[in-house]
Amino acid sequence: MFAVQFRRDWLCLMRSRDEAVNPLVFLFLATTLFAIAFGGDPRQLAELAPAIVWALVLLANLLSLEALFRRDLEDGTLEQLLLLAEPPFAAVLGKVAVQWCVSGAAMAVLAPVAALLLNLPAAALPALMLGLLLGTPALSLIGAVGAALTVGLRGGGVLLALLLLPLHLPVLVFGVSAVLDTMAGVGAAAQFYWLAAISAAALTLAPFAATAALRISVEQS
Amino acid sequence: MPPPLTMTDLDCTRGGRRLFGGFDLTLDAGGCTEVRGANGSGKSTLLRIAAGLFADFSGAVEAAPRHYLGHRNGVSALLSPLENLKPHERPGGDSAREALIRTGLGDVVDVPCGQFSQGQQRRVGLARLLLGDRPLWLLDEPLAALDADGQRLVRELVEVHCRGGGAVLCATHQPLGCSASEVNLMDH
Amino acid sequence: MTLKQFWHRLGSPKWFFHMSGPWQGAFAVLAVLLLLTGMTWGLAFAPPDYQQGNSFRIIYVHVPAAVLAQSVYLTLGVAGVLLLVWRMKMAQLVLENLVGFGAWMTALALFTGAVWGKPTWGTWWVFDGRTTSTLVLLFLYFGLYALRQAIPSREAAGRACALLAVVGVINIPVIKYSVEWWTTLHQGATFKLTEAPAMPASMWAPLLVNVLGAYCLFAANLIAKLRTAILRQEPGAAWVRDWAAGEVRP
Repeated sequence: MFAVQFRRDWLCLMRSRDEAVNPLVFLFLATTLFAIAFGGDPRQLAELAPAIVWALVLLANLLSLEALFRRDLEDGTLEQLLLLAEPPFAAVLGKVAVQWCVSGAAMAVLAPVAALLLNLPAAALPALMLGLLLGTPALSLIGAVGAALTVGLRGGGVLLALLLLPLHLPVLVFGVSAVLDTMAGVGAAAQFYWLAAISAAALTLAPFAATAALRISVEQS
Repeated sequence: MPPPLTMTDLDCTRGGRRLFGGFDLTLDAGGCTEVRGANGSGKSTLLRIAAGLFADFSGAVEAAPRHYLGHRNGVSALLSPLENLKPHERPGGDSAREALIRTGLGDVVDVPCGQFSQGQQRRVGLARLLLGDRPLWLLDEPLAALDADGQRLVRELVEVHCRGGGAVLCATHQPLGCSASEVNLMDH
Repeated sequence: MTLKQFWHRLGSPKWFFHMSGPWQGAFAVLAVLLLLTGMTWGLAFAPPDYQQGNSFRIIYVHVPAAVLAQSVYLTLGVAGVLLLVWRMKMAQLVLENLVGFGAWMTALALFTGAVWGKPTWGTWWVFDGRTTSTLVLLFLYFGLYALRQAIPSREAAGRACALLAVVGVINIPVIKYSVEWWTTLHQGATFKLTEAPAMPASMWAPLLVNVLGAYCLFAANLIAKLRTAILRQEPGAAWVRDWAAGEVRP
């Protein structure tokens, strides 16, 4: 069911590419804005770069999470998913996986470019990429629970941000500190283990929570 | 074999208004029951309860594996009918292509559904009923948006399904014309 | 009474209403006694701190509020599990009525922390581990409140909030650990609250009394709110009428 849903959502994604690249466009626009607006000492900017990139990735992810279930709720495919998928949580996981490809994996690959705009030293790039690869699954999975709770509600976007920012904080903290510690020449293994652990825990729990939340939202629609 | 659908002592209140109370219904294999009632009398809610999509009620519901066709067709505008239905193919039912041919969409199986009319999208939703061996069909206003030909198609699909031992619960304003029984929600 | 029966009864608003009457009064009286004792003792009789002088006395408000802020969220998480798994009616009432109290306690903890921070640290606000995690806790409360407001159906809002509360409770330890670990690494330990000199008994005893008093206040407040909510929810029920008649002419 996971693979079936993944293929289906991947097709949808390919046919609405303009929406799919939105998070990436946001990441680069905002990075450029930061770089230009800062205008000061490049070395100071480099100090801030990990925090800026991680915060922007988090926000970009939030943007695409908001749309994760919306279209499916509107056209009724979500209720069919809950009725017909065996089991539904696997299908939900498939949807989240597609979302992660765009706003997690693609971010991890492209964030170094954004980081270079902000003068992050090249030596710190692997830590940034690895951190994003390990941390963004947790962002997408926990985010899916929030998206499932708020889909179809008025003012869903701001509400989603309010629900998710506290829950996403640990990923942000470990991700940023991994890069900073690497820049300082201290090992960052602990942070990577933490990110991996959070993602693993989210992988085991979030699909069930998101499915339960979708049932509540579908009921209201 | 237990009946495909048994509802016992159903009670449902929505938005502070009691929709129905003490509602009982048994749907036997081969039976088609129409649910009647004015707008807002709870027909759609009853069908969603039977489908398992609405949980805020008291009472007991036992339902066989089921298909539900609601107000929304469950059809993604970005995908073709074939791509929409493929994920729901199961052994024991039609293939997606066969189902689409039976609902008169054989020529357009690869066209994105976003280009379809309301009636054609409804037919894609109807075609999904034929996928997988699910004895209970829950249809909410299945005739909506369909032309005369499409309405005939619904009747024919329902008749064939019932003859094959299936059961249909259908909320509708227009009589389906092939139903054995009727319940009116206004009486409950 | 078996455990199962007890659970069943605890889930029944009617049983809870009849059972809780005396408890409400007991907790309220205890809360007043304990808080009065604790505050007088702490504010007037406990010795001043040798470094901070009298400003440390705000802990007699700050610590109980901070402890309650976390306990209330934990309670919400437990209620969430009870509602999601056993559909317990009382759990829904707890979820509906406790968020405000928890948010106020969190806000009080943050406010008193800031007031204390000014003379002690020289600044109102520092992104220290504890302040940050308390602020995040406040956001979690806001999230619960906003989600409830956004969902029109009361029953669905209850379940959605229950789910969110459970997810939040699972996350709180991780959040706390991550921010405390983060800030101690990157800010030095100058502002650490935990490394204050160990308190003598004459200082922590009144604190303990105050914390206990705060818990009693929490219990009394919760019971009172639940009883009101039950009455509001079932205004026409026969037992409510009987009870009201008994109240008027005892």
